[in-house]
Amino acid sequence: MKDARPFAITLDPGSSLANKTGSWRTERPVYVDRLPPCNAQCPAGEDIQGWLFHAESGAYEAAWRHLTRDNPFPATMGRVCYHSCEGACNRGQLDAAVGINSVERFLGDEALKQGWQFAPPADESGKHVLVVGAGPSGMSAAYQLRRLGHRVTVLEAGPMLGGMMRFGIPKYRLPREVLEAELQRIVAMGVQVKLNCKVSDLAETMRIGGYDAAFLAVGAHIAKRAFIPAKDGAHILDAVALLRSMEGAERPMLGRRVVVYGGGNTAIDVARTAKRLGATEAIIVYRRTRAQMPAHDLEVEEALEEGVMVKWLSTIKHASEGALMIEKMTLDAQGRPQPTGEFEMLEADSLVLALGQDVDLSLLDRVPGLAVQDGVVQVDPATMMTGHAGIFAGGDMVPAERNVTVAVGHGKKAARNIDAWLRGHALNRPPKHEPASFERLNPWYYSDAPKTMRPQLDLARRSSSFDEVQGGLTAENALFEARRCLSCGNCFECDNCYGVCPDNAVIKLGPGQRFEFNYDYCKGCGMCAAECPCGAIEMRPEQV
Amino acid sequence: MNAPQIKFYQTGTFTVGNRLLAPEQRSVQSSSERSNSINSGHRACQGCGEALGARYAVDAAMRATRGQLIAANATGCLEVFSTPYPESSWQLPWIHSLFGNAAAVGTGIAAALKVKALKAGMSESATRVIAQGGDGGTTDIGFGCLSGMFERNDDVLYICYDNEAYMNTGVQRSSATPPAARTATTMAVGVQPGASFGQGKNLPLIAMAHEIPYVATATVADLRDLEAKVERAMSLRGARYLHILVPCPLGWGAASHDTIRLARLARETGIFPVFEAEHGEITSVTKIRHRVPVAEYLKPQKRFAHLFAQPGQPGHPEMLARIQADADKNIRRFKLLDEEVTV
Ligand SMILES: Cc1cc2nc3c(=O)[nH]c(=O)nc-3n(C[C@H](O)[C@H](O)[C@H](O)COP(=O)(O)OP(=O)(O)OC[C@H]3O[C@@H](n4cnc5c(N)ncnc54)[C@H](O)[C@@H]3O)c2cc1C
Ligand SMILES: Cc1ncc(C[n+]2csc(CCOP(=O)(O)OP(=O)(O)O)c2C)c(N)n1
Ligand code: SF4
Ligand code: SF4
Ligand code: SF4
Ligand code: SF4
Repeated sequence: MKDARPFAITLDPGSSLANKTGSWRTERPVYVDRLPPCNAQCPAGEDIQGWLFHAESGAYEAAWRHLTRDNPFPATMGRVCYHSCEGACNRGQLDAAVGINSVERFLGDEALKQGWQFAPPADESGKHVLVVGAGPSGMSAAYQLRRLGHRVTVLEAGPMLGGMMRFGIPKYRLPREVLEAELQRIVAMGVQVKLNCKVSDLAETMRIGGYDAAFLAVGAHIAKRAFIPAKDGAHILDAVALLRSMEGAERPMLGRRVVVYGGGNTAIDVARTAKRLGATEAIIVYRRTRAQMPAHDLEVEEALEEGVMVKWLSTIKHASEGALMIEKMTLDAQGRPQPTGEFEMLEADSLVLALGQDVDLSLLDRVPGLAVQDGVVQVDPATMMTGHAGIFAGGDMVPAERNVTVAVGHGKKAARNIDAWLRGHALNRPPKHEPASFERLNPWYYSDAPKTMRPQLDLARRSSSFDEVQGGLTAENALFEARRCLSCGNCFECDNCYGVCPDNAVIKLGPGQRFEFNYDYCKGCGMCAAECPCGAIEMRPEQV
Repeated sequence: MNAPQIKFYQTGTFTVGNRLLAPEQRSVQSSSERSNSINSGHRACQGCGEALGARYAVDAAMRATRGQLIAANATGCLEVFSTPYPESSWQLPWIHSLFGNAAAVGTGIAAALKVKALKAGMSESATRVIAQGGDGGTTDIGFGCLSGMFERNDDVLYICYDNEAYMNTGVQRSSATPPAARTATTMAVGVQPGASFGQGKNLPLIAMAHEIPYVATATVADLRDLEAKVERAMSLRGARYLHILVPCPLGWGAASHDTIRLARLARETGIFPVFEAEHGEITSVTKIRHRVPVAEYLKPQKRFAHLFAQPGQPGHPEMLARIQADADKNIRRFKLLDEEVTV
């Protein structure tokens, strides 16, 4: 048969498809998903790239549902989160980081407007978990545990849900109806909440309630004291108590000149609150310099704009009625503040101490096995479990950065581990993807698009009312902002690989299905990988 | 003043496609219905720019003519890698001409089609013709046929895939080889290494001098631009010329994954001006988006390695400067930078 071919030809006449050029290959392209730096940075472990992907097509509900798998408070986060994700965002190396936080807030607000709700769990596990404290960490855990089908009871000492989100963070940054709505949505899933119910003996509470496990998130509420010699009549209060009293019907009396002692976010919040309460002067006294101030830059900036003043490199030596004695400080070689012996007087109607908070751990007195160090409860960072089996803890009461997002992340992580523990198996977490660093991208393909800024309340209204300072995005500019995302490390179906392959070896699977390689013909040139804008293709050596 | 038009990566035109684009805004190459005019299994080298350029151009022409297309193809890589007898990658009626006469063969097919149309009572044929070849077959040996085709205004789109040398026979210099490039016949030895300065032909400009209906240049780095030009060309009758820069990893001594990057750099340096002309007049140019010095384009190519200093070898900075001057001249001549940017 074969001998019947004319001339010296070796193949039958026909299509080149008979010629499997894939055998030329020494490296093969493989589609991968990489971990975008924003996701890697988010303390709540949000899949930011993942929810932005939905937002890009205007599928806001899908985006919100994707986001709330990890964090049930997008409207709150969009207002109070310090958005370290944006600091890590690859787009920052092109023009300006994607406004992740503003899109998040838009999604959260949209959910409230549209009344989107969380679905209650499909199956009940039959287990009952106790959550102590209804702050962000406790409520995040309650939400996740409920989603996993557990019965959840939250015991809260205070009269309302929210913890420091309600009793610390001022209204002008977090309107209470937004917070309340996001908390109630969790309650609506069937989470039981008991307010005004302080747990003073955890062991006893667990025994009586017959709980199978517990998550503790009591926060840090005891104001740190500094010894300041004071004469009778000096009006001294602490920041936590002052901010908490803002939730009551009566406005606290501070006077015209208010001095705040401290350098953290709380000090800033108190000073801005004092201004809004009518103080003509709100002065922060801080021992170090601006560069060393732990408060977030943006908040410091906003406070300065509103007329808050700061006395850098100063301590308070003595307080009397209407005046404070201030000592000037200087920085030593190590950058530590040292006294100079130079003093001055500062008029002040009241002094607010904002020097940090300690944790009240008295409820744990009768729980064996717990380790406490530096005033916080030690947990296994991988599981959030304390030294006592079945008791987990998170948020401000464990060693960590103290902010809402970290607290939410702890709640989520603990809930997943509590679930695994209750079901008696190890939590199998898929290995983390390789990072999608900027070098992996081919930024040529992204067109220039500057960041959209959120509107801000004008100064006059800002410092005279408790109206929200930052506005939100509109549906249109939220879309704009979402579309600035480079989709780092994850295919966004731009068709480049499909287009650039000289061998037609990329198969397009259709909308949402991404692509596949046809290794029969792929010669391994690497062009698809080089021209993928987002670095979702990796070349791997061929195994011979 | 108009608000600046902002394009997202999603809806801008830099990527081949996009899931968010309306179907009518999508490129031919992003469609799963594209004709794959040169099918898989062809024997082009890894990362061949010519295979890519030919598929882009012919797929676009196929769509523009609803598949009613015939191609004549000169000898050269494109013919050899696609059609080693008796096997072929082509997905359209395709005829192999000699090395030098693709334009004449295309002209003949167009004439035959016209006669057939007239006999059927129509003024012109719905079936259209393209002729194609490499730069050797076009700028050198096929030049006479091509000039005749232009001069007679035959209804053929001639596409030159410019890889800047005779690649198929082992990388010999053509009249499209850039100065200073090392080829098998312009070796980098002696005082004037590589192809000489001041020689060669600029075929797009020569084509324009024929005042034919349409002349354009393109690269494989800007697919949408390339497709739009093919579409424009197919909307016109008469002689049309499209000159596509197609990097050749083998002949240029470049990594196979760099093909598109090099085409992009050729444009962004000004070395390869991308423009369109009708009846001898330039009608549009593609502006440089991020200008880069020519060294960035030349460095990844081994054929220019002798220009750069290496241990025991001073390189040829004076030649680099001349190439840069040529690129700058292109930028001035074709106004490749936005006026605001040039200062
Ligand atoms: C003024 C101020 C401003 C802040 N601003 C920001 C900000 O803008 N962004 C940000 O990310 N973070 C901010 N923080 C930090 C953030 O509020 C906290 O890190 C976060 O709320 C900690 O969450 P948590 O769940 O651990 O504790 P908390 O929010 O403190 O909640 C603990 C809850 O437990 C309850 N509780 C305590 N003991 C018991 C008990 N024995 N029994 C029952 N219930 C109990 C408490 O009443 C409280 O409701 C701010 C903090 C302050 C003080
Ligand atoms: C009349 C004639 N001379 C020489 C050849 C040998 N030949 C075949 S392909 C080729 C070079 C083709 O170069 P080019 O047209 O630039 O195309 P490329 O291979 O670079 O794509 C030559 C010289 C021939 N086929 N016919
Ligand atoms: S561009 Fe998008 S995916 Fe990349 S880091 Fe920024 S937000 Fe994340
Ligand atoms: S090139 Fe585009 S379509 Fe291909 S993997 Fe990358 S992002 Fe996805
Ligand atoms: S571009 Fe095509 S041939 Fe090259 S590595 Fe990718 S799939 Fe393979
Ligand atoms: S020699 Fe160059 S043009 Fe010819 S097939 Fe190889 S890469 Fe393509």
